[in-house]
Amino acid sequence: MALTREQMAQRVARELKDGYYVNLGIGIPTLVANYVPADMDVMLQSENGLLGMGEFPTEAQLDADMINAGKQTVTARRGASIFSSAESFAMIRGGHVDLTVLGAFEVDVEGNIASWMIPGKLVKGMGGAMDLVAGADNIIVTMTHASKDGESKLLSRCSLPLTGAGCIRKVLTDLAYLEIENGAFILRETAPGVTVEEIIEKTAGKLIVADDVKEMTF
Amino acid sequence: MAGLDKRVATYEQALEGLTDNMTVLAGGFGLCGIPENLINEIKRRGVKGLTVVSNNCGVDGFGLGVLLEDHQIRKMIASYVGENAEFERQLLSGELEVELTPQGTLAEKMRAGGAGIPAFFTATGYGTPVADGKEVREFNGRKYIMEEAITGDFAIVKGWKADHYGNVVYRNTAQNFNPLAATAGKITVVEVEEIVEPGVLLPTEIHTPGIYVDRVIVGTFEKRIEKRTLKA
Repeated sequence: MALTREQMAQRVARELKDGYYVNLGIGIPTLVANYVPADMDVMLQSENGLLGMGEFPTEAQLDADMINAGKQTVTARRGASIFSSAESFAMIRGGHVDLTVLGAFEVDVEGNIASWMIPGKLVKGMGGAMDLVAGADNIIVTMTHASKDGESKLLSRCSLPLTGAGCIRKVLTDLAYLEIENGAFILRETAPGVTVEEIIEKTAGKLIVADDVKEMTF
Repeated sequence: MAGLDKRVATYEQALEGLTDNMTVLAGGFGLCGIPENLINEIKRRGVKGLTVVSNNCGVDGFGLGVLLEDHQIRKMIASYVGENAEFERQLLSGELEVELTPQGTLAEKMRAGGAGIPAFFTATGYGTPVADGKEVREFNGRKYIMEEAITGDFAIVKGWKADHYGNVVYRNTAQNFNPLAATAGKITVVEVEEIVEPGVLLPTEIHTPGIYVDRVIVGTFEKRIEKRTLKA
């Protein structure tokens, strides 16, 4: 069975460490916040200028001046700080964020990522995605393994305009967890009940099955 | 202290000197911390051919979106746009030029502009369409692209409180691009919710020192929420 969105978030959450500063993108990455282990202290960064994003507000806490990078109303947790956009991106571009999780349309064996522009469709912009992928060492891309038409999103070479070049090392799809090394995807883990053969079939770029490939458990 | 008293009484005075084809830097992220009354004053003045630099372009009928209604913006420099139908229409019909810029690069362009730094190198955008036509340099084995600073004829800024000297503090995440825009305008205009007596704002809490600020005006704000999200 392919992973649900919640299971993908749970799997990403296993990469968290106590004391991490983490930036979560929109969509599945946002759900990771629900699976931070109770014994860990993790600070979420929101690139509009908030370190220490808290829960969504109650009606009484609702504040138009308090939003996250997805423009949703939020709260600040204990220990939070608020700053300008330049300060926020200094943290990101300076490599101070420990883990970045974001979605994509495509990744390839060279670690390139395409996530912002589909030629012929209206382009809304890259927002902070190019800064995030260029600035972070530790990035996890979350996406479906193949499109609805069955086209692989794990390619030899991205077909869409890039968000960043050579910056991705870890990919979690609904079928597998893979790492990118020396021009190939390394299959490390399979989703429960998904066969290695299915993953091979749905991966267009060079794929190496790790000797110790494991099945994920939830 | 008259020489350092930045207060003006009307929005007309606040944007005196704004003319066609100028570049305007605007603070705000989405609809949070936008100088909504200054934007409305730009609309009232009817100036055309503006280049507007802002992270986003408002929504239909609110924020920078109102400047699209009378085609006052010629060029938009932003990181994320298209939350409004009129923007999309003008973009597709070629009436509006858009330069998409990564958010961190946009913030840094304004910061550099205000700090007298004409350009900087960043890894952001290397290998992407953003790098097209830009100088590439290698430092310590990594490739960087050169990005040029941005300055504006006017900067329009939304603060929380200011004093007569133009010292400004921002409230919560309404800070965003505001302090950066404030440094990079030839004329920087700040609208605030409250003007307080000098001395009320502590020197240690000032976000934007008054040296950057030319005019301060007090206004009332709608503060529209774009995505009202409550705890389940």
